[in-house]
Amino acid sequence: MASVKLDRVNKVFDSTHIIKDVDLDIGDGEFVVFVGPSGCGKSTLLRLIAGLESISDGELSIGETVVNELPPRERGVGMVFQSYALYPHMTVYENMAFGLKLAKKARETIHERVMATARILQLEELLDRKPKALSGGQRQRVAMGRAMAREPRILLFDEPLSNLDASLRVQMRNEIARLHNRLGSTMIYVTHDQVEAMTLADKIVVLNGGRVEQVGSPHELYQRPATKFVAGFIGSPTMNFLLASLAGHPEAGCRVSVEGVGDLALPQQAGEHAAGTALSLGVRPEHLRLAEASGDNAFEIVNVEYLGNEVYVYLDARDGGPLLIHRSEAPSRWQEGQRVALSPDPQHVHLFDGEGRALPAATARAAA
Amino acid sequence: MTSRRFNKLAARVGFWGLVALVVVVAVFPFYYAVITSLKPSGDLFRVELWPSTLDLANYVQVFTQRSFIQAIFNSILVATSVVFIALLLGITASYALGRVRFRGRSTVLLVILGVSMFPQVAVLSGLFEVIRALNLYNNPGGLILSYTIFTLPFTVWVLTTFMRQLPMELEEAAIMDGATPWITITKVFLPLMWPAMATTGLLAFIAAWNEFLFALTFTLTDSQRTVPVAIALLSGGSAYELPWGPIMAASVIVTVPLVVLVIIFQRRIVSGLTAGAVKG
Repeated sequence: MASVKLDRVNKVFDSTHIIKDVDLDIGDGEFVVFVGPSGCGKSTLLRLIAGLESISDGELSIGETVVNELPPRERGVGMVFQSYALYPHMTVYENMAFGLKLAKKARETIHERVMATARILQLEELLDRKPKALSGGQRQRVAMGRAMAREPRILLFDEPLSNLDASLRVQMRNEIARLHNRLGSTMIYVTHDQVEAMTLADKIVVLNGGRVEQVGSPHELYQRPATKFVAGFIGSPTMNFLLASLAGHPEAGCRVSVEGVGDLALPQQAGEHAAGTALSLGVRPEHLRLAEASGDNAFEIVNVEYLGNEVYVYLDARDGGPLLIHRSEAPSRWQEGQRVALSPDPQHVHLFDGEGRALPAATARAAA
Repeated sequence: MTSRRFNKLAARVGFWGLVALVVVVAVFPFYYAVITSLKPSGDLFRVELWPSTLDLANYVQVFTQRSFIQAIFNSILVATSVVFIALLLGITASYALGRVRFRGRSTVLLVILGVSMFPQVAVLSGLFEVIRALNLYNNPGGLILSYTIFTLPFTVWVLTTFMRQLPMELEEAAIMDGATPWITITKVFLPLMWPAMATTGLLAFIAAWNEFLFALTFTLTDSQRTVPVAIALLSGGSAYELPWGPIMAASVIVTVPLVVLVIIFQRRIVSGLTAGAVKG
C-alpha cells in the first residue's frame, strides 16, 4: 500500500502562506506530476510529502498511516534532487549503499539491492566511479538509483531533468516512463515544463499560487480545462483568448458575441450569467480557422513560422493582448501582412467567466 | 631590439626583481637565525652573510638540557590537543551556525567574533583567576583551555563559511537516506571539509605552538613550560650573558615541525584558501 492522501494541507513560512488547503488523493502505483509556474508551491508540496518541511496544518497520510510527525526515513520515500546531490567523495556503489548501511541492513542484502538497482538503471559499469567522472545523464541515473536502492514505497522527483540538455532530457524522460512501467511504484514528479507533465503523468496536478487549480489526466486537462489558468498553461503553443460577451441563452447552449469575430452559437451552458456578461473565449491554435478578409473585423498576420511539418501564423490581437496563434499543417498559404477573418470551431472552444472558471459544456458535447 | 620586446623584457626583470625582494624580506631573518645558530659563540657579533665555519656546539648544548626536551613534548601535547578540541567544537558549532536556522544566529556569530577582538593582555588576569579556580595552574590543561578560547572564534568563523557553501540538497539527500545530524556531519560533510580543516587546524597549531604570554603566565616550573618560554628562559654562562647561539639553535629546531606540517598539508591549504572564491 503506497497511496498518498493530503487532507486540507497548509504550509506557512514566517508570514507567507505557500500551500493553501490542498486536498489530493494519489493512488497506489500512480505517476502524478505537480506542474505550475515558478513560485506556485509545487516543490514545497513535494518537500512536505518527503518530510523535509513540516506541515503547518492539515493531514498527510501515506498508506494508512498519518505521517505528519514522522521523519523522512520512516515515511518510506526516496527523493531525486534537481542538482542530483550525489555524495562527491563516494563511489557510485557507496552512494547507492549509503541509505541501506544507515538502515543497518546485512552486507549481503546491501550488495544484492545495489546490484539489482544498478542492473535496472544500467549502472553496472560505473559502480567504482566517483560522481565527478560521470556525465550528466549518468549522474541523473545514479541519483535515481540512490533513491530506489532502499526500495521506498514512493519515489519523489524534484525537477530532475532541468539540468540536462534538450536531447538528453527527452531520452531520460523516456527512461523514467519505462522505469515506472517496470517498477509499478508510486511516483510523484515536480516540473515546470508542461510537456514533461503531459508525457509522463497518469494524473496531472496543476498548481497556482499555492492552490490546486485542477487535477486530471493529461487528456482531461487538455480537452476540458476547468479554469482559464489551466487552459493557458497546458498545451503548446498556448491557447488563444478572445474577449467576448454573453448575447443570449437559446435552448441548448448559449450565444456569445466575440470581439472581432462576431456572434457564435456555442454548446456551453451559461444559465447563471445574465446577458451582457463579459466572458473570455479560449480556442487552441489548431482550432482557429482563417479566411481572407478585409475591413474592420480583419486581423493582420504579423509573422509566419515554418517548422517543417507545421506552420504557426501569428496574428495581431487588436485589444493589445498577446499575439494570437494559428497552427496548421505545412505548407501554408498565409503570408505576413495579409488580413484575415477568424472563425473558431464552435465544437472546440472554451468559455471562461470573469473569475476564470470554465462554463460547463452541454451534455451532448461532454459525451463527445 | 624593438621597443616591444624591450618592454616585455623589462616587465619580466621587474617582476622577478620584486619577487626576489619579497623573498629576501620574508626569509632573511630566518636565514640569519640559521647561520647564527651555526656560529661558535666567539663569532656571534661578527656580521657575515655566509658562515665561514660550521659549529654544531649550540645544538648540542640545547639538546643536552633536559628541560628543553620536556618543553618540546609539552608544546606538542598542548598544540595537538588545541587543534583537536578546536576542530571538534568548530565543526559541530559551524553545523549549527551554518545549517540550522534559529533565532539569534547572527548575534551568536557576532559575539564569537567580538570575543576574539580583545587583546590577550586584557583578559590575562581574569583568565588567570579562571585557571586557578579550575585548578589548572602550572598544568598543560590551563594552556589548552586558554588557547582553545582564543582559537575557537577564528575556527568557527572559517568553518561556518565553508559549511554554508556546501549545497543544501546534499544535506537533504542525507536526511532522505536516514542520516542523523551527527552522521551527516561525520560521513558527508567532514570528507568535503578537509581543505578547510587542514587550513584552520594548521593555523591553530601554529598559534598554540608559538604563543608566549599565556605560556609564561600560567606555568611555573620547567617541567610544565612550552617551547617559546623555554627558549626565552635559556640561561647563558653568567647572569650578564644572553646565550644567542643556543637561542637561535632552539628557534630553528622548533620551527622545523611547522615547516614539515605546512609541506605535508600544502596542497590542502592551497585548495582550502581558494575554495569558495569561485563557484565550483
